[in-house]
Amino acid sequence: MGERDLRTLLDEVRRGRLSRRRFVQMIVGLGLTAPMAAQMLASAGLAQAQAKWTFNPTKRGGGGIVKTLWWQAPTLLNPHFANGTKDQDASRIFYEPLGAYDPDGNIVPVLAAEVPSLQNGQVAKDGLSVTWRLKKNVVWHDGKPFTADDVVFNWEYVLDPATSAVTVGQYRDISRIDKLDNHTVKLVFKSPTPFWSAAFCGPTGMIIPKHLFQAYKGDKSREAPTNLKPVGTGPYRFVDFKPGDIVRGELNSSYHVANRPFFDQIEMKGGGDAPSAARAVLQTGEFDYAWNMQVEDEILRRWEQGGKGRADIVSGGNIEHIQLNTTDPWTEVDGERSSTKTRHPVLSDPAVRQALNVLVDRGSVQEEIYGRTGVATANFINAPSRFVSKNTKWEFNVDKANQILDAAGWKRGADGVRAKDGKKLKFVYQTSINAPRQKTQQIVKQACAKAGIDLELKSITANVFFSSDPANPDTFPHFSTDLQMFTTTMTQPDPQRFMDQFVSWEVASKDNKWAGRNPTRWRNEEYDRAWKAAETEMDLVKRAALFVKMNDLVIQNVVVIPVVFRPRVAAISNRMRDVVQSGWDGDFWALAYWSKQA
Amino acid sequence: MSKYLLRRTLISIPVLAGISAVLFTILALAPGDPFEELATNPNVPAEVRMNLRAKFGLDDPLPVRYARWVVAMARGDWGFSFVSRVDVDTLILQRLPATLLVLGSASLLAILIAIPIGTYSALRPYSIFDQAATTLAFIGFSLPTFFTGLLFILLFSIHLDWLPFIYRADISVTGWRWYWEHVRQAIMPVAVLGLCQAASMTRFMRAAVLDVIRLDYVNTARAKGLSEGTTLVKHVVRNALIPVVTLVALQIPSIFGGAIVTEQIFRVPGIGSLLIASILANDTPVVMAVTFIFSCLVVVSNLAADLLYGWLDPRISYR
Repeated sequence: MGERDLRTLLDEVRRGRLSRRRFVQMIVGLGLTAPMAAQMLASAGLAQAQAKWTFNPTKRGGGGIVKTLWWQAPTLLNPHFANGTKDQDASRIFYEPLGAYDPDGNIVPVLAAEVPSLQNGQVAKDGLSVTWRLKKNVVWHDGKPFTADDVVFNWEYVLDPATSAVTVGQYRDISRIDKLDNHTVKLVFKSPTPFWSAAFCGPTGMIIPKHLFQAYKGDKSREAPTNLKPVGTGPYRFVDFKPGDIVRGELNSSYHVANRPFFDQIEMKGGGDAPSAARAVLQTGEFDYAWNMQVEDEILRRWEQGGKGRADIVSGGNIEHIQLNTTDPWTEVDGERSSTKTRHPVLSDPAVRQALNVLVDRGSVQEEIYGRTGVATANFINAPSRFVSKNTKWEFNVDKANQILDAAGWKRGADGVRAKDGKKLKFVYQTSINAPRQKTQQIVKQACAKAGIDLELKSITANVFFSSDPANPDTFPHFSTDLQMFTTTMTQPDPQRFMDQFVSWEVASKDNKWAGRNPTRWRNEEYDRAWKAAETEMDLVKRAALFVKMNDLVIQNVVVIPVVFRPRVAAISNRMRDVVQSGWDGDFWALAYWSKQA
Repeated sequence: MSKYLLRRTLISIPVLAGISAVLFTILALAPGDPFEELATNPNVPAEVRMNLRAKFGLDDPLPVRYARWVVAMARGDWGFSFVSRVDVDTLILQRLPATLLVLGSASLLAILIAIPIGTYSALRPYSIFDQAATTLAFIGFSLPTFFTGLLFILLFSIHLDWLPFIYRADISVTGWRWYWEHVRQAIMPVAVLGLCQAASMTRFMRAAVLDVIRLDYVNTARAKGLSEGTTLVKHVVRNALIPVVTLVALQIPSIFGGAIVTEQIFRVPGIGSLLIASILANDTPVVMAVTFIFSCLVVVSNLAADLLYGWLDPRISYR
């Protein structure tokens, strides 16, 4: 599907032949993200539907306490230092961004008065700037007004290298921020930026108050008392925080949205394990909400039958996939295995890659292992796919694998393993230790055995596999085996950053201490060009077409074999109302609107 | 006595130094990286991670890091958590009350169960009561706490729905409700730990009473007409407690060890769950501090056991 097809689709939406939702699903089926679809619709002048809440109270508070459970406990409450979603979520109780992403990927204004767009002229046509108008009645929890100075300060704070803010990736493409007046800021970018909402939106966009942090910028950032006692603009005011245990908040009586929030208190308890967290919501009803239910679907289903709660499943950008090494992991060059100076002796044959691609029984993996929590997919970038892309599709076909390998001259030996020119089809297939992954390895191994490919399974403890230790050869960026499997996460609703894991300059190697983002070490000029073009392409439809192309290049060349995409699962009490997860933002993206039936 | 104390204290300094060196080396050799989440997140540039590593001194050679830790520790600076960006002593002090509360109640429960049952078993050895108590004690100390903990949760929280299984250190209600909620949530973790301790303690108590009760002075006490109760309390139990008390003191470190698992299961925000979370997050300064506290506990409770023994039994002298 190219640019023209996308335009035709948009036209159909305009004429009413295709629903907005359907369009979003199709885009997503193409391996793009819902926010991109939303952006395209918006720029085509197709108005977005606003989120509707079922419960619209006439006064603030009165809802008692809402109890939420995170099995990883939050450890700090400064969004710019967040060590993962747990910290971002905990911070989100108190801090807010300019805009949040709803489940369809639309930007919903939070601290902004309206969402910038090309139509209202707030997004410059050349993509070099975006103007945000801020809400005027917002005050910090200590009573000080929220102004444009706070927005400018956040950018300065993050950009100071001595601060070591983890959010810097979202802010460093801004060359300056002009304060137009007390409630208007203009972000000026270094180059045309189609994804202008990276800064100040979603989980990495939370804004901290200038008056409390300006003395703690740079080297002194870790001494700020407000790191542990946040003063934000959010629906709940800070009460208490014990790192690694509990965060508590109380109703913010001067919250900037009328009649919100509903609850008088909020509690976010951390620690423990996922299954018992699921129990606390689904079985005993002790808690109202539990985050990230990494629990077998079968168990969740059984507990849901009690009628106390449900598992809420929403698609995001997590993809469990198998990577195929482009380089030779078994030859050491200059003290480095999988060096880009080598080629993989066997996997460099496209036929072998094609064969492996049809030997991964994604259907069984979904059915037998993941259930609702892992959906078979052919695409690398995913979100809900009731649709299968026209360009890529997955199949499981041992006969076809055998045909491909026969045709390519790989002959079965006495031991049943195929070989050609003295090279055997024997691979080492590694992943982290995690029960579903070991089961998946078994399914793949059995299928491969039928096609004359021998897989040796290797599992590495997650602490090692996912570490960035340059001295340990067993980490995934070292990729010292032929195949490896893990989940990569698209942490923001735009695929640009995500897709850099296939560009040639990101190849993980000894030179960059294996910090490069491309572990497969695949290099492709066409892909590189498409990626660079997408980075500055302001025509959203053209840009979408570029991403479709990148996705197809990766899939068609079998650089990776996607297995299942893994939606986000939360356990929610049946009494909770208007609790909607968004796959593109933190769990608390619409916390102010949560309510509970008596 | 004071000379002995001084000598023992001096000896424990090199012991602790050795322990800390071993701990530090093992932790440094263990795989993992406190900034792992940042490594796998595409939006965090690698420079940020490198910068943080440099800032926290993770790239320095091991001896340098150890020396820095020792110097800081000697000055009472426990270090700085990589993950929470908070001082380690603040973290530990926050967690201490919950651990002490749970461990203290559990030990109390254990003593209240073990002493009467152990004594009674010894008074009527091989009776039905003794057989039953012995069997239960065997079951008690054969079952690991993580297993009994899960069993308790299944039975009392899920099936009967009597007790909450998530422990909350700060409960927002006030007055009597506050105490009631605290008791309710503490029942299961305290019972799990307490019963486990009680099981072994019952056996010690039984053995100790059996040893004492046959001695001549007990017969003398009976012969001079003391009531059975007085004989038991004043002469038998008191002397039987001597070995038990020292055993209890020696057991303190292992009780803390058992608490780690129990705290994790019931989400008790104590030192044990802090240790587990820190290990999982590779937060070396916190792991180092907590394990070092545990090793200090071992050394101190050994010393305490020796001193207690002498205090309870004046026949023992220190040289």
